[in-house]
Amino acid sequence: MLRLPPFRYHRPDTVDEAVALLARFGEDAMPIAGGTDLMPNMKHRLFTPAHVVSLNRIAAMRGIGTVNGAGPSTDNGRAPRADGLFLRIGALETLSDVSSHPLVRRHCAGLAEAAGLVAGPQLRNMGTIGGNVCLDTRCTYYNQTEFWRDALGYCLKKDGTVCHVTRVGKKCVAAHSADTPPNLIALDATLTLAGPDGTREIPAADFFVTDGIWNTRRKGDEILTEIRIPLMGPHSNGHGPHRRSAYRKLRQRNSIDFPLLSVAVVGDFEQDGTVAGLTGVVSALGARPRVLAGWDEIALGERLGPRVIEALAERARAQCRPLDNVIVDTKWRRAMVPVQVRRALEELAGG
Amino acid sequence: MEVVRLRVNGDERVCGVPAHYTLLETLRYGLGLTGSKQGCDKGDCGACTVIVDGRAILSCITPVWEAEGREVRTVEGLANGTETHPVQDEFDLNGAAQCGFCTPGILCSSVALLDRNPSPTREEIRTALAGNLCRCTGYEKIYDAVEAAAARLDP
Ligand SMILES: Cc1cc2nc3c(=O)[nH]c(=O)nc-3n(C[C@H](O)[C@H](O)[C@H](O)COP(=O)(O)OP(=O)(O)OC[C@H]3O[C@@H](n4cnc5c(N)ncnc54)[C@H](O)[C@@H]3O)c2cc1C
Ligand code: SF4
Ligand code: FES
Ligand code: FES
Repeated sequence: MLRLPPFRYHRPDTVDEAVALLARFGEDAMPIAGGTDLMPNMKHRLFTPAHVVSLNRIAAMRGIGTVNGAGPSTDNGRAPRADGLFLRIGALETLSDVSSHPLVRRHCAGLAEAAGLVAGPQLRNMGTIGGNVCLDTRCTYYNQTEFWRDALGYCLKKDGTVCHVTRVGKKCVAAHSADTPPNLIALDATLTLAGPDGTREIPAADFFVTDGIWNTRRKGDEILTEIRIPLMGPHSNGHGPHRRSAYRKLRQRNSIDFPLLSVAVVGDFEQDGTVAGLTGVVSALGARPRVLAGWDEIALGERLGPRVIEALAERARAQCRPLDNVIVDTKWRRAMVPVQVRRALEELAGG
Repeated sequence: MEVVRLRVNGDERVCGVPAHYTLLETLRYGLGLTGSKQGCDKGDCGACTVIVDGRAILSCITPVWEAEGREVRTVEGLANGTETHPVQDEFDLNGAAQCGFCTPGILCSSVALLDRNPSPTREEIRTALAGNLCRCTGYEKIYDAVEAAAARLDP
């Protein structure tokens, strides 16, 4: 039996009320959506907020649909790809609904796949995409009961002074372990955050930082309200390059586990099959998803054939060094990087 | 203590619980519905699975307040009066339960599946039950039972 620590449960109806509650109680308050991450973490005494603010009654944070609008340019150095049409996903949409939604499946196959591979079916019925984006980092020495952590003497991320992974360093390297964000980054998505000073938009690519203790730029009193993904591809009159995406996830038990390694790829293809743009994001290694560097020089203007895919996979391997933050051999995880990248790219090429 | 109002297996139930109770704790210790099991108590095993508004969820990590105003169905509510649900019958006939600890959760996941998809493939059954761990029966007989129940419900 794992008891929750005592708390008061607030159920505001609007974003403004929720933000006001979070601002008022400060460090003593946390938002909850599906609760599938926060509840286990509270049972482990990793968080003990005196006030829990439920977002589940806020209708404005639901819905999946296309919207028009001049979103901020999130071109990552490339030409802005948006033609003003976005897929909007409310932060409260469950992973089940995201993975099965026809618009998501049509325009963002990799994202739909990733949402459908999170945990098991009950957790996907409860867990939201907003909670997935804001998921706490994970580590063998952290996601444990209070008793377990006490026996070890705690660690930097919570209640202690040492990191059992790096042993030296004063930095927590707990792993970003959520499945949807690598896809959102590769898709140039924008996140909308509401806080006491109003709302702001931040590219998914800039949302994560390398600090395992708090690995996002979200402030404690900010709420992620929606996600916008710029759309392009065959839906825009069949002209211009069209976009495809794919996702691969390595885990111990394919039925329910967190990723040990995840790979999201998004490619824009010309009519003749050559690559007009290609982004790869690898995660579940460190605190921040990694956008793979050096892919453009290999792939642009080429077809995604075996030789190009092999070169891209090798470039990925050279950039990824798994740490001892999950209970699986780091050499094996590293050896799996080119394998998973190759499989993701093969899917992209074949699709 | 605070007052929570729930609709469980078609009945309106009112009960006093601490504000930090889960739905599972409320069902078991507030309402005496001990069919839903407390296994890992942290979202890993599926023993606490119940059906809320038609979907299988884990009651051990659901704050009880989130179940207010919604339709909760537990293993106690699957039978129609004294007539067992076809899934329950087929679990019996196929030997799909040994110690039985996982069974209430698996029954709920199965019924939630069949209510949405009356003729699932074997693969769809496997996927729907992926969040329910069974340590003794093994899964084949469980899939057989769900398949047989589907055949009875949607011949
Ligand atoms: C057994 C098990 C296996 C799992 N496997 C996976 C897996 O394979 N992949 C994976 O990605 N996840 C996995 N999870 C974690 C979790 O189920 C999902 O990540 C889920 O999407 C979290 O969403 P939630 O709505 O339940 O989040 P919550 O638990 O409600 O919240 C998570 C965190 O985000 C904050 N938060 C939630 N919503 C918002 C918002 N809108 N704005 C600001 N802050 C917010 C909360 O304060 C909390 O800190 C697993 C969990 C369990 C128990
Ligand atoms: S990486 Fe180090 S500091 Fe961070 S949770 Fe793991 S053991 Fe703790
Ligand atoms: S008791 Fe709820 S998942 Fe194990
Ligand atoms: S019958 Fe014993 S755990 Fe499933």
